[in-house]
Amino acid sequence: MSTESNAPSPNGDEASQPKMLTTKSNPWGSRHGKVPQKKNFLEGVKDEYDVVVIGSGLAGITAANILGRSGKSVLLLEQHFKIGGLATWFKRPGGHIFDVSLHGFPIGMKKTCRKYWSQEIADRIVQLDKVTFDNPQFSFDTSFTREDFTDKLVTEFGLEREAVEGFFKHLRKMDFFDDSNMTTGELFEQFFPGRNDVHRLLMEPISYANGSNLDEPAITYGIVFSNFMSKGVYTFVGGTDGLLDMMRAELRKNGVDYRTRVQVDEIQVADGQVTGVVATGGSTTMAIRARAVLSNANLKTTILKLVDPSHFRPEFVEEVEAIRLNNSSCQVYMGIRAGESIPFVTDLLFTSTRKEFQSHSLSDLHGESRTFSFYYPKGRPEMEEQRYTIVASTNARFEDWKDMDEEQYEANKQQLCEETLAHLETYVPGIRSKIDYVEASTPRSFEFYTQHQTGSSFGTKFEGLQPSMNLHLELPGLFHAGSVGIIMSGWLGAANYGVIQANKVDAYLFQRAETQQA
Amino acid sequence: MTRDEVILAIKDIIETIAPDEELDSLDVDERLRDQIELDSMDFLDIVMELRKRYGVQVPEEDYKELASLTSCADYLGPKLENVELKVGV
Ligand SMILES: Cc1cc2nc3c(=O)[nH]c(=O)nc-3n(C[C@H](O)[C@H](O)[C@H](O)COP(=O)(O)OP(=O)(O)OC[C@H]3O[C@@H](n4cnc5c(N)ncnc54)[C@H](O)[C@@H]3O)c2cc1C
Repeated sequence: MSTESNAPSPNGDEASQPKMLTTKSNPWGSRHGKVPQKKNFLEGVKDEYDVVVIGSGLAGITAANILGRSGKSVLLLEQHFKIGGLATWFKRPGGHIFDVSLHGFPIGMKKTCRKYWSQEIADRIVQLDKVTFDNPQFSFDTSFTREDFTDKLVTEFGLEREAVEGFFKHLRKMDFFDDSNMTTGELFEQFFPGRNDVHRLLMEPISYANGSNLDEPAITYGIVFSNFMSKGVYTFVGGTDGLLDMMRAELRKNGVDYRTRVQVDEIQVADGQVTGVVATGGSTTMAIRARAVLSNANLKTTILKLVDPSHFRPEFVEEVEAIRLNNSSCQVYMGIRAGESIPFVTDLLFTSTRKEFQSHSLSDLHGESRTFSFYYPKGRPEMEEQRYTIVASTNARFEDWKDMDEEQYEANKQQLCEETLAHLETYVPGIRSKIDYVEASTPRSFEFYTQHQTGSSFGTKFEGLQPSMNLHLELPGLFHAGSVGIIMSGWLGAANYGVIQANKVDAYLFQRAETQQA
Repeated sequence: MTRDEVILAIKDIIETIAPDEELDSLDVDERLRDQIELDSMDFLDIVMELRKRYGVQVPEEDYKELASLTSCADYLGPKLENVELKVGV
């Protein structure tokens, strides 16, 4: 499985070369955990539930949890062998645990966890100590609070305080019913004309957080930025594995029947309403009846693949076909050898060597911009060993990766690892000699693990929101909850959207019970 | 439920959603949002709790009727006339 890197080491020390481990077996990513199973993973599943939830991303499980808690019978089906969707982690030889999407989320996640999960989960959410920006236009540390961002815009960028406060105020006032067609880029031009550096500061973190760019409707920026830019960036102490352990315990407590390694093949419809699903779990395929189905699979997959399109109006199918998906991601996971340590650098580093900001270049293949998340022992205090890992992330386009043959694919992953290590070396000199594990993931990996078309990391563009929210009006009993419309994505957006849609499911079930009684 | 009991019912629900808020001194005519920290997700929780506890359905277009305690009583009063108050569930 291991291939040695041929690229020259900047410190010329051959012996300190970290081992480059990339999965070679399959050009579409590792098949680990996906081999056809002889076991029946549907054993003991009942014939009928109030609700079947397809997919265990944060939207799916949060919806399942509150529906279960309010007394509904809920079956949650996940095709992967782990619950969590993109909120996931993996272990690698050498005792490494890598978090995939635990880079940071807004303060609102604390309240969401308290209300829809448990106080114990909420209590583990803490603020990152430091966020750092470094690029040819500006370099500084920030707490990522509104006060500090305002100060930075005044002191580092020389803007008038009133102009900055006016901008933040304007963002907070933007709401969903805002019907202006302004794009985020136009909004920036209006408030900070010609200030490419300011646009960079305002856009880059949000682009990494939800895959958006300057061409999206300004309203999506206003909502997401206002959420983030309030009280800093937060993380979960105990790692993604710790969070999901606690969430699984809650699901069990609330009576949710959850199954992994179960693929939902089809959503069934009769007399114009949803009647259940057909699912395959290892050796067994079965039809399961449900009064309502909530899909956490990608919106387009849900409507165009899981349901027979003849159940929808042709205009609706056309509308859904035209929805654009968000971009995907690349990551490089770097593990520090057991026993080694690194000094505290920062928690989250937004870095680029690109002279000027250009929104779309954030997704370039072998681009110059990336984020580094540094994980220190403070993030997993329960672990006996003091361990450190670093995860680099970039936005990425599926098209850039999809047609590579196996050799090109491996070479490009290798190059990505090399570029990332070289970039990291500028912040943590000598880091290569401490790293003993490196692995890259690409849009193909994300597609493979989540089954999201084109490996979409953050759902759909804005136009996906309405069809997702109104799906049950097109087909009674069918609901969608999952990253969609840019604003409903990220851990907080997905979890809250799960609640919003669970409320609709609950109302639907209530209505049905009432009409049946009458 | 009487009008006063409807207000009690709402306050009791809010207490579970926003346990850190001081509810005794709430002005019944003023918007809830202007007095305590309640966001749109919190209002959704109120709607879900009303359905669960009292079997009353508040359609989306009527969410605005829940703005103040007085408007809650006006809107929910008739719907909850024959429903009994359950506090502390
Ligand atoms: C690299 C990366 C880094 C990120 N970093 C952050 C971050 O730091 N902070 C943050 O807030 N957000 C981050 N995000 C975004 C965040 O992780 C996602 O927005 C969120 O987790 C998505 O949740 P979801 O509910 O939409 O579903 P997903 O997590 O996409 O899950 C969908 C689930 O459905 C399952 N599924 C699909 N089809 C079927 C089927 N037919 N049958 C059964 N199961 C099915 C999939 O296997 C998957 O488990 C990051 C995302 C990526 C990719």
